[in-house]
Amino acid sequence: MDAFGPLGWLLLIAGFVAGAAAAGWLFRAGLVLVTRGELRRSLRGAPLTASFGMLVILIYLFVAVFAPLLAPYGERAVVGAQFLPWSEAHWLGTDNLGRDMASRMIYGARNTVGIALATTLLAFLLGTALGLLAAILGGWIDQGMSRIVDVFMAIPSLIFALLLLTIFGTSIVTLILVIAVIDATRVYRIARSVAQGIVVMDFIEAARLRGEGMVRLVFREILPNAMAPLVAEFGLRFCFVFLAISALSFLGLGIQPPTADWGSMVRENATLITFGDITPLLPAGAIALLTVAINFVVDWQLYRASGLKD
Amino acid sequence: MVRVVDTPPAPTPAPGTPKGRPGIAHVWIMVGQRLALGLLTLFVVSLLIFGATELLPGDFAEAVLGQAATPETVAAIRRELGLDQPAPVRYFDWLGGVLQGDFGRSLASGNRPVADMIGNRLGNTLFLAGYAAAMAVPLALILGILAALWRNSVFDRASNSAALGAISFPEFFVAYILIFLLAQSGYFPSMARVPAGADLGERLYRAFLPALTLTLVVTAHMMRMTRAAIINLLASPYIEMARLKGMSPMRVILRHALPNAIAPIANVVAINMAYLITGVVVVEVVFVYPGLGQLMVDSVARRDIPVVQAVALIFAAAYVLLNLAADVISTLSNPRLLYPR
Repeated sequence: MDAFGPLGWLLLIAGFVAGAAAAGWLFRAGLVLVTRGELRRSLRGAPLTASFGMLVILIYLFVAVFAPLLAPYGERAVVGAQFLPWSEAHWLGTDNLGRDMASRMIYGARNTVGIALATTLLAFLLGTALGLLAAILGGWIDQGMSRIVDVFMAIPSLIFALLLLTIFGTSIVTLILVIAVIDATRVYRIARSVAQGIVVMDFIEAARLRGEGMVRLVFREILPNAMAPLVAEFGLRFCFVFLAISALSFLGLGIQPPTADWGSMVRENATLITFGDITPLLPAGAIALLTVAINFVVDWQLYRASGLKD
Repeated sequence: MVRVVDTPPAPTPAPGTPKGRPGIAHVWIMVGQRLALGLLTLFVVSLLIFGATELLPGDFAEAVLGQAATPETVAAIRRELGLDQPAPVRYFDWLGGVLQGDFGRSLASGNRPVADMIGNRLGNTLFLAGYAAAMAVPLALILGILAALWRNSVFDRASNSAALGAISFPEFFVAYILIFLLAQSGYFPSMARVPAGADLGERLYRAFLPALTLTLVVTAHMMRMTRAAIINLLASPYIEMARLKGMSPMRVILRHALPNAIAPIANVVAINMAYLITGVVVVEVVFVYPGLGQLMVDSVARRDIPVVQAVALIFAAAYVLLNLAADVISTLSNPRLLYPR
């Protein structure tokens, strides 16, 4: 790796960008071929970054779902000596305990992404439900909940998560609950402000006069109109949750071994980097690639929703 | 106070306000209100940090003893730590101690006073954060202003994509890439342990990689937000007027947009300095830097609650104070607030 030089790195990066653009272009062409109508029109207008992002997300989901079929070895099986180099039998070598790195990367997709997804869903359920409630009911309920959320947001989220994890101990369930509650406060703010803009409109007044109940009001009138910003927020929130969980796992306080997880894999194998082996960068890179991909897609969606021109 | 050139005249003072320097007192009252609100927030935050430990299943004493808990030892520890007192009494004891710099005693490391454990490390963390801020703020502001000036150019697009990428990277990814590129070839040390009597140059050299990591992570965000703030301003009528007068774009930005951008930029800087607080935790662990973040992570693993409480309180206070500072600066830099309606 040492003989690579700066020029080699530049070429590598350029090659990666070109490859990504080509993959994005091909994927978009394929999507346009198989879709119809409205969806097809919007896909055709997608920038290359967004189609590359969608491709990456699909690949991650595929790997996560079919992990046991794709992985050559078991998630926790010790299959050789420690820190073996890359080879035919072990594509990415082995880790600090002699487990197959490639298999753990593949299972890591399932564990890390799955846990982050579950956390984000929980945060959204909690945050939107309370946010909508606050916007519809208003008055002291709104005031009370908003002030509580303000206090929660006055503490940096990672610090608050560390405090709560000290108290409740580190397990996957507490991890999910702690991060979900902390992130729900952020979702609450967005959901409340979006819903407040909708609640004052005439059609809501009309729906109320028609005698529509709360449930119908939320699901038939407010949510469909709040969908675009909430979906974009879901993407961004997933990135934050994903990064937070990875950071905690990296610190040894999140997902616990022997579960394969990208954050803790970086930590366990970090010593290799000082010897010039890039293997520990791969799980970190996998985290980075997914967040970049989601950001690309969200950027495109936000641009479409707002018709932003600057 | 900022001098604003060529802005439309501020609205005339309401009939009731005295002439001369109208409304100056009003601004100070506003600043005072913000400060009071900030203090209140700090108080509630301390309440929350203290109250969180009340959620502990069982209690403090059982957590200390773990498996070795017998009714007698638990009762003894409770008495020793004052846990037999009601919660409000303990809270005010704790708060009173904190205000005098006494954070209680550590549970895990042999009853050492927490203040001793924090002492040096607080300085180290402030040094690292200040170092990173000194590199990041000028860099981000210059890049952000240039991107706003040349918006939709190749430079803008490239810096925007790079920033988007850098925001999405976990801090430890950036840190290890830097270690791989710069430390492995021997330019900089990958371990940021600072020897006791090191001079400033040595400390700057040793802390360079962690500071650079934080800089890269924070700059991206700050740059994007600066760009957005400036572009937002450039849509105002008085900027169009300045342009129609035939001014150069650089002059329009520096003389007309920038003074009015102080409030949003102060906000951007404060938000990102607050973001540094979380970044510092991960980066300190990667580079084995002896700061507060590392102490906190170690203490979380050992469930050393008094230490975690103390460090969390310090971080939260820094966060609240930074946001407060941004608030006050944006109030003071807004000439419209000098004239209450």
